[in-house]
Amino acid sequence: MKSDPILSLKNLSKRFGTIKANEKISLDLYRGEILALLGENGAGKTTLMNMLFGHYMPDAGKIEVTNASGEFINLALGNPKASIAAGIGMVHQHFTLAENLDAIDNILLGSEPLNQLRRRRKIAENKIISLMQESGLVTPLDIAVGQLTVGERQRIEILKALYRNVRILILDEPTAVLTPQEADSLFKNIKGMTSHGLSVIFISHKLREVLAYSSRITVLRQGKNVGEIATSDANEKKIAELMVGSETTLPRRQPASTGKPILKLEGVSALGRGLRDSLKNVNLTVMRGEILGIAGVSGNGQAALAAVLSGMTIPEMGTMTLNDEKLGNLDPAKMVSKGIGRIPEDRHRDGIIGSMSVAENMIIEGLSDPTFQTNGFLKRENIAAHARNLSDEYDIRGPGISAPAQLLSGGNIQKLILARVFHNKPKIILANQPTRGLDMGAAADVARRLIDARSRGSGIILISEDLDEILRLADRILVMHDGELTETQTRDRATLGLLMAGQAA
Amino acid sequence: MIRIEARETLSIYWKLGLPVMSALLALLLASLPLNLAGAPILESYKQMVIGVLGSKFAISEMLTRATPLIFTGLAATLAFRAKLWNIGAEGQLYLGAMAAVSVGTGVFDISGLILVPLIIFCGCAIGAAGMVLPATLKIRYGADEVVTTLLLNFIIIIFLQYMLEGPLKDPMGLGWPQSSPILDQGMLPPLMDRMRIHFGFIIAIFCAAVAHFMLIRSIWGLKLKAVGENMSAAKHAGIPVNQSLITVAAISGALAGLAGVSEVAGLKGYLTADLSPGFGYTGIVVAMLAGLSPLGVVISALFIASVFVGADSMSRAMGVSSYLADLVVATALLCVLIGGFVSRYKIVRIAKNGGKN
Amino acid sequence: MLEILQILISDSFWAASLRIATPLIFGVLGALLCEKSGILNLGIEGIFVAGAMVGWMSVWLGAGLWGGVLAAAIAGSILGLLHGILTVPLGLSQHVSGLAITLFASSLSYFSYRTALPTVSSPPRITPFQPLDIPILSDLPFLGPVLFQQTSLTFFALFCVILIWYALEKTALGVAIKAVGDNPNSVDAQGLSVYGLRIGAVMAGSALMALGGAFLTMSAFDAFFFGMVNGRGWICIALVIFASWRPGKALFGAILFGAFDALQVRLQTEVGAFVPSQVFLAAPYILSIFALVIAARSADYPRALLKPWFKGQR
Repeated sequence: MKSDPILSLKNLSKRFGTIKANEKISLDLYRGEILALLGENGAGKTTLMNMLFGHYMPDAGKIEVTNASGEFINLALGNPKASIAAGIGMVHQHFTLAENLDAIDNILLGSEPLNQLRRRRKIAENKIISLMQESGLVTPLDIAVGQLTVGERQRIEILKALYRNVRILILDEPTAVLTPQEADSLFKNIKGMTSHGLSVIFISHKLREVLAYSSRITVLRQGKNVGEIATSDANEKKIAELMVGSETTLPRRQPASTGKPILKLEGVSALGRGLRDSLKNVNLTVMRGEILGIAGVSGNGQAALAAVLSGMTIPEMGTMTLNDEKLGNLDPAKMVSKGIGRIPEDRHRDGIIGSMSVAENMIIEGLSDPTFQTNGFLKRENIAAHARNLSDEYDIRGPGISAPAQLLSGGNIQKLILARVFHNKPKIILANQPTRGLDMGAAADVARRLIDARSRGSGIILISEDLDEILRLADRILVMHDGELTETQTRDRATLGLLMAGQAA
Repeated sequence: MIRIEARETLSIYWKLGLPVMSALLALLLASLPLNLAGAPILESYKQMVIGVLGSKFAISEMLTRATPLIFTGLAATLAFRAKLWNIGAEGQLYLGAMAAVSVGTGVFDISGLILVPLIIFCGCAIGAAGMVLPATLKIRYGADEVVTTLLLNFIIIIFLQYMLEGPLKDPMGLGWPQSSPILDQGMLPPLMDRMRIHFGFIIAIFCAAVAHFMLIRSIWGLKLKAVGENMSAAKHAGIPVNQSLITVAAISGALAGLAGVSEVAGLKGYLTADLSPGFGYTGIVVAMLAGLSPLGVVISALFIASVFVGADSMSRAMGVSSYLADLVVATALLCVLIGGFVSRYKIVRIAKNGGKN
Repeated sequence: MLEILQILISDSFWAASLRIATPLIFGVLGALLCEKSGILNLGIEGIFVAGAMVGWMSVWLGAGLWGGVLAAAIAGSILGLLHGILTVPLGLSQHVSGLAITLFASSLSYFSYRTALPTVSSPPRITPFQPLDIPILSDLPFLGPVLFQQTSLTFFALFCVILIWYALEKTALGVAIKAVGDNPNSVDAQGLSVYGLRIGAVMAGSALMALGGAFLTMSAFDAFFFGMVNGRGWICIALVIFASWRPGKALFGAILFGAFDALQVRLQTEVGAFVPSQVFLAAPYILSIFALVIAARSADYPRALLKPWFKGQR
């Protein structure tokens, strides 16, 4: 019901170093609506919402919000406490929960004054239980959060906001960790809450879900608000163009014949972070010239599978065979030498050594190569030349090959990693969430290179939580749930979604 | 509006200037405790300078004092670069000294050409063992090496007391707990007549040069850098992390052991329980002040040795407690720490409209 | 064997154990509080020295015993504030900052003491805390000498165990501290100050550490010697890990250590001919290393320990 906005962002700007994350963005929110904030990775959506919630101080601009008494006031900026008091709540993309505490303690955190000697846990527990019933968001209350599933943790995050009487709820990429059915269920609950007066802004870079769940869409591109449109008037093509500024389509594979098997995993079991994340007796085969897609929500064993394939973990049971040669207990160095290329999930933690130069990062997997060293001493000119060549070939942009790698943007870091991996002409490539966090252009580049590698005969294992990406690129699909792999012929999203949730189709 | 932002890269001016400024600031701040102790400030500083630079003997004393600090500073530098916190240099120093004395006081009565290298080798080996143990405990059991090396220091010193009253005791030492003297041919030769500066100083400089070269130009140095900066990525890239850690632990311990060898076989000639007034711990400050650079360690060791020698002399002349030297050194470390932060950030002015000034 | 059993059931042995354990109790609680919030405080050894010197000196200058305790606590919290500023908003290496504080606090304490009291033939003494004499309770068999004849400072240590346990488990502040040591973002997203919680915990923990040092010069002994702390601070750091960051287990660990130390003094007279005294002297340190190795990979490890956190970081 449109009347006056309950929230008004006016000309907000924020700069990080030389990067203009948000430029003079204005935005209104009306009561009871679900506003989608759409934009590709890096467009500035999270920055904007972080300013609204008070994590960041804007460089310029102001925010007006309707307070509890109904007055339209200026929000005190850069202060989460003030935002919470104004009825603004945020569910962050990376959950902000203390895993050593239970749900009740997490929800109560910050709402009890710190100078009191006694707590109100019982009273709070009752209020939380009634909130759970009203909203439909149920989760165990007295178990340490560290033992809960991702879905349960997300519900605690929302309950946190509800407990603080949230009127404007921000959700940052809420469906990244959910199966399609869980996403539907979440937004059904949210629609229920908006009909009682809650207003929602949700951040997303996925066109499909923005069209499915929102009532209105605001598009950000390169830090600016480039358009607003009612969802009923929108279609994929229109908003895609707004989002990217030009026609882009993400590369898809063309069906092609595949060769004989290169890599086989049989009966492999490996320990992960918890029971759910451990591999249980998995089998998989990768053929020459194919992209094998592993679909599934993170936390179901993908990390353990990647660790086994990277040589970081030795499986408890099972065998790995590469070109009919049984692989014994491996370490990462042997994996590289056997021709297995790895693109890690966490670029900064596993992919590059941020403080070392781009050139050094490029050779870090090939330190025994005689091109780069003699008798243990570095051949600096060769290393530099190699880095320059790869930078040109892969179009890596940044402050130069001698600069620390951490100064590169996410997309360029990924290009560095790809350059390093592909240079060795690997027979098998493990691509673990390769386009996560990248803007469309960078993501398209990565996809193109994977398809090229496939056409050159490499076998690629693509682990991705983006179901659409799997559908675009994978020749065959396996679904990962609770540490088990299930092969499936179906390409139907709904069926795949059920498999991802562990329910047989 | 003013805001503090991170600098993207550190200019060379900051890298060189920071330790120098910290050192100077710490010296300046020494005026506060001097004032408290009632000593005339200018006169005290003058006495410090005389104590270090006032004569050939003073300078040679300073260099002699710097020698063990270069060794322990290098030990800390190499280990810290791998994020291996070796706080046990004090104990490893004594291990090296005990090894030197075990081997060099008469068990082998052989030519100096063999005995001196033998003493050095044994000192390094035992010193290395003293750090390889905590490193192994960390790798196998996750036991924090800061605590284990610290506790080992105490254990080693207690063991030293046992050895000096027992197996290593000098039968002709009039009952004092000290070791027999090192054989004449086992001593490191002196560098100047009638001065205490000895060949250990040359060995120390040599070690610094080798360390510098290896860190900058070798694959081993690159691997060490990777392991220290991001162990997870280094492991993922195939660098044998555990092996690198054990190797650097051995080298670090060996260098600290060399400090002990140098003091016993170069300076004092025999071993007592007070051989080291905390060289191992001071080495950590030397390393931090040097920004973990081997060449910087030499300069840093010279500075800190100057502080100690100067303060000793000043303390005798002015009646101020010589603990002032420890205080100055500790303050220098704090200044370097804070300075490290200051250098990473810069102050930026933001104009009202969001543009940068 | 019989001698050991006789020692183990004697009340003087357990009384000595609790007395020796007292500085460790303060130190472990202090370190536990710092680490629960995510900050490792290696300044503990130097803070012990500072607490010992400041406490003693205050009494020497006429402040009265509890005045000395208060002065020591204040000195500790100032050093804690310094460590807190270096490691929390500035985010500097917790290892290096702690070691710097140990060096600084020790040298400042020694320098101040030596400047105030130039070399004398034997260290001057104060009248320390006396063993309590509570009607009825102090005369109980076994419990009397073991517990009720300790000094009030030991009682205060035991009270602190309960206080810290209650604070962490039953108050909102305790929940906030546990949260900030696991995931600072959880606290930040609820409008609380990460910096404030962490610096506060470090200051309070450092005050406790200083009391450990004060006990040495104001209760166990009556003068300040150089080198009297002798690694107790480091033993406390090992003990915290052994105690899985729990106050109750920390008390148990401290008393266990105290018992070992008391045992070795008594055993020396029994077996001193066969075993060198140094074995007993080294025992606490060797035991601490064992404790570390056994308990190192614990599930209760504060997840955010040693990781700096910055406000508004992209």
